[in-house]
Order: sequence, then C-alpha cells, then structure tokens
Amino acid sequence: MTDRRPHPRAAGAPMLAAEDLAKHFDVSRPLLQRVLAGEARRTLKAVDGVSFDIPKGTTLSLVGESGCGKSTVARLVVGLYRPSRGRVLFDGMDLETARSDAAQRRRMQMIFQDPYASLNPRWRVRDIIAEPVRAFGLVEGGAAQRERVAELLMQVGLSPLDGEKYPHEFSGGQRQRISIARALSSNPEFLVCDEPTSALDVSVQAQILNLMKDLQARLGLTYLFISHNLAVVRQVSDRIGVMYLGRLVELAPAETLFIAPRHPYTRALMEAIPDLEMTGRQRIPVGGEVPSPINPPSGCPFHPRCPLANARCKAEMPALLPPRGQPDTIVACHAVEEERDGVVPGTTVPPLPAAATGV
Amino acid sequence: MAAGVLARAFDSDLWWSFKRSPVTVVSAIVALVCILGAVLAPWIAPHNPFDLASLNLGDAFKPPAWAEEGELLYPLGSDDQGRDVLSAIMYGARVSLLVGVAAVLFSTFVGVAIGLLAGYVGGTLDSLLMRIADIQLTFPSILIALLVDGVVRAALPREVHDQIALFVVIFAIGISAWPQFARTVRGSTLVERNKEYVLAARVIGISQIRIMLTHVLPNVVGPVLVIATLNLGFAILAEATLSFLGVGVPPTQPSLGTLIRIGNDFLFSGEWWITIFPGLALIAMVLSVNLLGDWLRDALNPRLR
Repeated sequence: MTDRRPHPRAAGAPMLAAEDLAKHFDVSRPLLQRVLAGEARRTLKAVDGVSFDIPKGTTLSLVGESGCGKSTVARLVVGLYRPSRGRVLFDGMDLETARSDAAQRRRMQMIFQDPYASLNPRWRVRDIIAEPVRAFGLVEGGAAQRERVAELLMQVGLSPLDGEKYPHEFSGGQRQRISIARALSSNPEFLVCDEPTSALDVSVQAQILNLMKDLQARLGLTYLFISHNLAVVRQVSDRIGVMYLGRLVELAPAETLFIAPRHPYTRALMEAIPDLEMTGRQRIPVGGEVPSPINPPSGCPFHPRCPLANARCKAEMPALLPPRGQPDTIVACHAVEEERDGVVPGTTVPPLPAAATGV
Repeated sequence: MAAGVLARAFDSDLWWSFKRSPVTVVSAIVALVCILGAVLAPWIAPHNPFDLASLNLGDAFKPPAWAEEGELLYPLGSDDQGRDVLSAIMYGARVSLLVGVAAVLFSTFVGVAIGLLAGYVGGTLDSLLMRIADIQLTFPSILIALLVDGVVRAALPREVHDQIALFVVIFAIGISAWPQFARTVRGSTLVERNKEYVLAARVIGISQIRIMLTHVLPNVVGPVLVIATLNLGFAILAEATLSFLGVGVPPTQPSLGTLIRIGNDFLFSGEWWITIFPGLALIAMVLSVNLLGDWLRDALNPRLR
C-alpha cells in the first residue's frame, strides 16, 4: 500500500527486527446484531505497518499517546499476539519458529505495566521467580533453585528472605523489582518492558530505571521500552520511535529526537514537556483528539491536527524518509520532505505555528 | 506445622468475624452435632435399625420417652416396625449427608471445570456452554433431578438400578446444580485470564492447561466455597424431596426423606413422632448449613467488612 524504503540500519546484527508489522482487531458486534442492523464488519487497526530493528545491547523506546498501538507492538514482538501482516525476526529467526523452541523462547522476557496484576496473588514470591527456571529446566534440584532465587532477589535489591512472602506484602516498587527478577530468571537477552514505571511514584520510577540500566550494562540486555513518559524515555533510550495511530511517524537517536524533533507531532510533544526554564511561556497545544483507529483519516493520519497540513497531506500517506541533514532520523511527513516545516538543519527547532485547525 | 496452621486459623479475620456472630456460632454447633451424629451413627446410636433380628414388633408405635407409655429405650419413640426413631434419624442423616456432600462435590467439579474452560477458551465454546447452562437454569433443578432419575429408572432393569440407586441420586442432584458454579467461575476467569501474570506465564510458554490449573484456578475458587456450602443445604433438601416422592435412595437405605414419607402415613393416626422428628432433624441440618454459608459469603466479601 505505501512505499516503505529500507531505513538506515544501525550497526551490528539486530536482536529484534519488525518488518511491516500490523495487528488488526475485529471489533464488529456479534453476528446476529450486525446482520439485523445491516452493519459491515469493523476492524481496529491497532498497529498498521511498523518496521524497526533493535541492535543487540541497545534500547529502543516507543512513545505515543494512549491508544497509539505501542503496547500492541510489545505484545506482538513476544508472540502474545499473532501479527495480521508482516513479521518479527528474533535474532534473525522468524518469531514463530523461535518461540516453538524453548531454548530460544528463554532468551526473551517481558516486564509489565501493573505491578499489582503481574504477580499471581496466590503464589509465594519464590515460586513466582522460579517459574521460568522450572519451565526451562535451567537449574536442577530444589536447593539449587532456592539459591538461584535468592541470587536473583539480591540482584534486584531485595532480600532472599522476601521469597517466602506473598505479593500483597510488597509495595508497588518492590513488586516491580520482583517482576524484573522473574524476567531475569531465565537469563534472557531481550526484554520487552511495557510501561514498567508508569504505575509507580516518581522517586521509585528513578530507582527502577537505574536498576534496569545497571542490569543492561552488566548483562548486555537488549530492551524494547514502551512508555508515554518522555522524561523516562530520555533516560534509558538509545533510539526512540514516536508512534501515532498505529504507525511510526519518527524514529531517531534519543538525543537527536530531543534536540531536533522533526515530525510536527514530535515537535508538539516536545513543547508539551514541562520545563522550569521556560515557565510562563505560552504553550501551543495540539488541537483536537486522537482520531479513532477504527475509522482513521485519509492520507497522513496526523493531518487533522497538524498546523502544516496541506492538500497532499490529506490525500497521500507519507513514507518514512531521512530529512536533509539528519541521516540518522527517519520521518513520515510531507512537510519535512518538502522542507516547508520551517526547520533549518543545524539550528534550534522553532516552535510550531499556532494550530489553525481545530477539531 | 499443624499447630502453626491452627494458630494462624485462630488469629485470622475469619475467626474474628465468626466469634462476633452468635447465630453463626449456634449454627456451627448444630451443624457439628448433626454431622457427628450422622458420621458416628454405627457407634453411638442406641439401636441398629437395619438389624432385623433386634426388631420387635411388640415395641412398635412407642411414643417419645417423655410421653405416657414412653420408654427410655426409645428416646424419640419407635415406628411401625418397632425401630427406634432416633437411631433411624442418625442412620438416615448419614445417607442424606453422604448424598448431599457427594452431589455438591460432583456439581462443583463439573461446574468449575466447565466454567474455567468456557471463560479461558472463550469464543464459540464459551457461548455454547453458557447457552446450555442458561437453558438448564430455566428449569427448576428439582425437575432436572426428577427427570434424570426417571430416565435412568426406566432405562435400567430393576435389580441393576437398586444397586446403583445411590449413585443415580447423587448424579441427578449434582447435575442439576452445575450451572451456578460454572457461571461464577466463568465470570472470575474472564477477569483473571487477561491479567498480566497470565500473560507473563504465556510469554515463557507455559501450556494453556497448566496456566488454567496453576494460575487461574487458585484465583477463581474463592466464591466456589461459598456456593458449595449454600448448595449443600439445597442438595440435602433435594435428596429428601426425591426420597419423599419415592424416587430417591432405595428403601433399604432410608434417608431422612424416606423416614418422613414413611411417617407421613401415620401422621393422622396420632403417631406424629415418626415423621416430625426426622423433619426437625432435616430442618436443623439444612438451616444450620445455610446460615453458615450465608455467614461465609458475607465474611469473605471484602465490601461488607
């Protein structure tokens, strides 16, 4: 449907590659009601053609508003969902092949958002952490397993004695540490973190992020990090992908994205970050709401809210292309491609013009 | 270890709420007396009503001990065969309790299995199983039990049926109560199956059956205990109804319902004790179990604490 040119590959073989990944959900009403009301089937395109790769030992973050499909991407890359289109390559292997082999499955793990729902309330912490160890038969014998659990608990900053307790005896931050210990127990190389800090207090967020960075440095982990919090993402990422309505609109190295955001949506997000030095500055909000992914707008999905939109944006879907002077970045925007976005490479990105759009 | 468990039990919120409810304490005592009397009947009952050699027709229709002509040997009187009513009640309660407990265990097993499967697998299987449950719920459960019992009775030769009559009653009562269990378990399973701990288990490739049994099941059985307790009362009553109608347990193993039916024939000729006492025993048993179930439901409901 759209022209998808190969985007610049980062150095090193990728741990994970997503190629034109899509996930469509059938959200039609039950058959009988649909027939009676004379409705057609309705599909929600949660993710619609996302490609990226994550070099080993690095962190790729996906950011975007609620409902942009970032969590769906997380579930697709660990095989919890089957893609409607496209494929995932795990260390060069097709994901489905890799997941049917326990030795490969062991290498990927996931950390979840809600520390209150991600631990089985009826299980002791030691059993929760040991589950992957037992499932993959990594350590034989009860004593050795207990030792491994104790080691993992210490690795995430908890006491080995905590293994005897139940999840409800811990705070949110401690529970997230337990989740991390469980994820690490199968010696994974690739971790998908679906908003691992968004349910935590700010002070605890920093602790968990530091723990995750430590572990990455120590164990050489590769992360796919999902978040809606740009400050958190800036702290952990090597590269950042910005998603809008099931698509990537910009993918750039972390610092580049913060210094020189190019897509109008990314620029709007950056302007929305609270900033002490700029207190009192007039903010230009992004007008309107995220359109429904069941009935997405024609052309560029961002055009109804974009101050730079013109007739081409309404008709034609932009492809991800590197803008002039920023070879590491790819942006899906006609305005950037046509260089009418008001950004001069090498200078500070100016604020977006006031939205002349409304809803 | 056992002492530790006991100490924890007495320290729990449940014990605290139990102590604060006099009705519950009394129900528990009554239920305990009924259960002990039934279970220990062969050892503590004054007579053995099934030992034909010890029956003496001359002792028939003795009134209770406190009435005129009453004898201490027959504390609650005797029936037309000269059987001691108290002993018959104890042995009858044994049958009632056995059928009740077995029927509840059966419907719990069937209901939990179907509910778990329907909720976890979802889709067409879920719709199919739940429509079957809905259809069954439109019939009164005693009707289902009568139907099952009647079909088996008609299908099997008499001597075979007499041998398996007890199991038929258990099956008939058990099968009439599963939809309740299935619906409750399905509801909680629908909530649990999308929780992240289930996803975490799926990520590492734990099999679906194992996830259902080790992750989901322990988190959905809480309400089942309450329904099972409340259903025990229903099952005992259903068995008594079937036996009263003459289609329940075989007459060689009279339950409380059978005793009530036998005594019913003498009610208007003045020998009221033959039917009233088994009736009172039935009321005491069902009421105490139901009150315990009610308390358990409230005590385990965090919103009512």
